[in-house]
Amino acid sequence: MTTDAIAQDSHDEHHDDSHEHGKMTGIKRWLYTTNHKDIGTLYLWFAFIMFLTGGAMAMVIRAELFQPGLQLVEPDFFNQLTTVHGLIMVFGAIMPAFTGFANWMIPMMIGAPDMALPRMNNWSFWILPFAFAILLSSFFMESGAPNFGWTFYAPLSTTYSNGSTAFFVFAVHIMGISSIMGAINIVVTIMNLRAPGMTYMKMPLFVWTFFITAYLLIAVMPVLAGVVTMLLTDTYFGTSFFDAAGGGDPVMFQHIFWFFGHPEVYIMILPAFGIVSTTIPAFSRKRLFGYSSMVYATSSIALLSFIVWAHHMFTTGMPLFGELFFMYCTMLIAVPTGVKVFNWVATMWRGSLSFETPMLFSIAFVILFTIGGFSGLMLAMTPVDFQYHDTYFVVAHFHYVLVTGSLFSIYAGAYYWLPKWTGHMYNDTLSKWHFWCSLISVNLLFFPMHFLGLAGMPRRIPDYALQFADFNKWVSIGGFAFGISQLIFLVVVIKCIRGGEKAPAKPWDGALGLEWTVASPAPYHTFSTPPAQKDIDNI
Amino acid sequence: MNKEEQNQAGINTSAKNNSKTVKKLLLVVVAMFGFGFALVPLYDVFCDITGLNGKTNDTAVAYTSTGIDKSRLVKVQFITRNAKGIPWKFEPVINEIEVHPGEMKLVSFYAKNNAAHDIIGQAVPSVSPGLAANYFHKIECFCFTQQPLKAAEEVEMTLQFYVDLELPADINTLTLSYTLYDITEKSS
Repeated sequence: MTTDAIAQDSHDEHHDDSHEHGKMTGIKRWLYTTNHKDIGTLYLWFAFIMFLTGGAMAMVIRAELFQPGLQLVEPDFFNQLTTVHGLIMVFGAIMPAFTGFANWMIPMMIGAPDMALPRMNNWSFWILPFAFAILLSSFFMESGAPNFGWTFYAPLSTTYSNGSTAFFVFAVHIMGISSIMGAINIVVTIMNLRAPGMTYMKMPLFVWTFFITAYLLIAVMPVLAGVVTMLLTDTYFGTSFFDAAGGGDPVMFQHIFWFFGHPEVYIMILPAFGIVSTTIPAFSRKRLFGYSSMVYATSSIALLSFIVWAHHMFTTGMPLFGELFFMYCTMLIAVPTGVKVFNWVATMWRGSLSFETPMLFSIAFVILFTIGGFSGLMLAMTPVDFQYHDTYFVVAHFHYVLVTGSLFSIYAGAYYWLPKWTGHMYNDTLSKWHFWCSLISVNLLFFPMHFLGLAGMPRRIPDYALQFADFNKWVSIGGFAFGISQLIFLVVVIKCIRGGEKAPAKPWDGALGLEWTVASPAPYHTFSTPPAQKDIDNI
Repeated sequence: MNKEEQNQAGINTSAKNNSKTVKKLLLVVVAMFGFGFALVPLYDVFCDITGLNGKTNDTAVAYTSTGIDKSRLVKVQFITRNAKGIPWKFEPVINEIEVHPGEMKLVSFYAKNNAAHDIIGQAVPSVSPGLAANYFHKIECFCFTQQPLKAAEEVEMTLQFYVDLELPADINTLTLSYTLYDITEKSS
């Protein structure tokens, strides 16, 4: 740490004492906070609690599927579990976790004192628990929770709804508002609060990926809000957007939903790209290979994501030219994604690698995300998609990109910045246990699903034909093991907050970025005065 | 101007910039919310032109074929299905028929109200493959009107149609699917 930074920190603390915006105590600190670090922490804890909630549902699902036949739960309740598991993991775990990272790290990485809109920041977090309270409360009602799948296709969610549609719609509205506010905040912060001298092409790639993701959110979350509103009026107010009896079309639902849904999957993976593009150079002790190609690749993935939505709908009876168009556009996305994977590997190439836990998760990310990408390419091929559609092959595909992709990157990022957040090093042994247990169990959990899907096992069923029994048993064992392994992470984090080896300002010798120029734990207020130009040039 | 004032000035200009950026972004949000709804008429227009969603003409057309293509036979299949909550027996009298393009055909569908009360039904047709929809012309169809049936009443309803001479050569089978809806509440 430079003497400049120390001087600046002590200035910050002094500033703190004399200022009315200092820390409040107890619950009020968290309720009223406008501090980006506090809000980041809230987001991360909320995401982790939701992750465990959604994970508990997955455990019940896997227990039911442990052997053929109906053992534990009714088929209707099973459907409720798969639906809410999906919704919680997408909107409650992965997305808030990334927003947490954005809040914590973006201001520190661009040398800003806080997010640009701190009060809105407080709002965008605090409405989130209400959204999920509404969603989860429907489990305790007579009609039950949403049971129409996280994709809520009409007419399953309209005509055939069990009565939970209104709760579902309002919950999604609130989640959407929260995401939009968070995204606006990120864009405004990055555009207006960059430290003098930090041009766009000098920003860390982490900041770039969140910048692009925020634009995606601003563009598609309103479309989601629109489609759930149509669902609401179709169900309760007699409109016929998706009801053929009144001149509507249920297939149109799928078009509008996936117009949101496909950019949404990139919303959940682009920040992951940003995180591993930070960790891999740090532990390879090299600069990121091909920085500007990474920026352009990320942007082109974002743009292409708007013209590939119908690859989710190949079996709805599209004309041939439509199928070809969406097939080729989808395959085109493999090009910028390939650029990224190449750059990560090239960054590691001839670097002096060391294998701390964040690096282990990052390398696992690169390999396993690529497997998920390959199965995505297989699904992109229209002729074979007719066989894979709605089978466990799809389940395997999106869990490879979301669990070993997004979630592993979140773990990589969490281990990488935990010393900065808490001021302590995490327990290395336990974190390695977490990694290896997760790595082995996650593959036992999701890899056999490919075979199940190819053999024809449909998704979203509580019971299955006998020939799928053996694979399902292994999948369930992998599932339980993966579930338990995540509790190790909880232990590591709690131990790390409560104590441990004192972390220096920059615990990773290869790390780059302004966040390492401030003390560990990061002071409550950082960069009240902009960082020095030489620090910016250094990143 | 001391350092404190300079900082203050910096904060003021950045606050102005911020609200400008926020306004622009909110505009995008509102526009995209509108775009979601605009997709509805856009989709209809797009499908009208291409016949993408299998919707057939919803009012009668006159028979205007310039001839009959005896060299070609097209299979037309009929399927029916009841939407949620309509207790009618509803089925085609014949399940499939072979026609020459340009040739006019008359087929009928049987319906019986199995409920103990009067119900108004509405059949909504759809053609698969969707691209064939624009080449399937209905001269007369029970689906153009509502079907009121008293309790236990039965009826045979007719459909008169022809397949266009221009039907793309790679389409040899057309499936016409009717979904029957209970619209008693909506029409009263």
